[in-house]
Amino acid sequence: MRRQEILQNIQIENNMDLVKARQTVRTIAKDLNYNIVNQTKLITAVSELTRNVLVYAGKGEIIVELIETDIKKGLRITVTDEGPGIHDVDLAITDGFSTGKGLGKGLGGTKRLMDDFSIQTEVGKGTEVVIIKWMDSNKL
Amino acid sequence: MSQKIPIVKINENLIVSFLSDIDDTSALELQSELLQRIHEGKITGVLIDLTVLDMVDSFLGRSISNIARSSAIMDAKTVVVGIQPAVAITLVELGLELEGAFFALNVEDGIELLNELKKLKYDFGGINEETRNSSEYPD
Repeated sequence: MRRQEILQNIQIENNMDLVKARQTVRTIAKDLNYNIVNQTKLITAVSELTRNVLVYAGKGEIIVELIETDIKKGLRITVTDEGPGIHDVDLAITDGFSTGKGLGKGLGGTKRLMDDFSIQTEVGKGTEVVIIKWMDSNKL
Repeated sequence: MSQKIPIVKINENLIVSFLSDIDDTSALELQSELLQRIHEGKITGVLIDLTVLDMVDSFLGRSISNIARSSAIMDAKTVVVGIQPAVAITLVELGLELEGAFFALNVEDGIELLNELKKLKYDFGGINEETRNSSEYPD
């Protein structure tokens, strides 16, 4: 990584922070000239992950970073909480699986929308999801 | 501090325009208010306008689908209009097809579709009977 810079730090505590998280990421993606489809995918992914934090952990944090390698530039978004963690990660990212009030499309769907998706979780300790969307991403 | 989404009644249709920064609570409130209005009577259609919405995540998608499906069992059809191209792509990739709703490009086409759906119902006493007799569905 040639460069990484924290652009924004968002605390997640209630429903209105979900709206705020979407607005913040939308503004950043727009400023960086992401095309409209990738802007939409980023906002949607952040919305899914933020809601997971609210539903399962109650509160958490989002860090939005600008990252740059020798050949590409993009946004890395890290969403962390100190909630109950996920027992079976493979199952959690399978479509149709949900222990909450969602459709079970959240995590698997988020993974499909991004160029990179990683999740670290420990039962009883919390969860950290890191997503990356490159600026010239042609992934459909 | 959730924002209330206004519901407009035109003839026998209810029309709602989602706000761009809709929060979860408002979406849930909208659902129960729409059903209450349908329950009060004389409503045959619901039109949901998503023109200003720049994202539909799994929660919102489920809310819209729930409105459409619960309206249907209260005898009102739901038409969703104004979906932006980027939102359509994202919805399909998420695997959300807004089950239970009909679709039209804009509000004008949506109202026309609702009127057609209503006419079908009154002319034939139901869409099912008609499709069953149609040659497109041979035994």
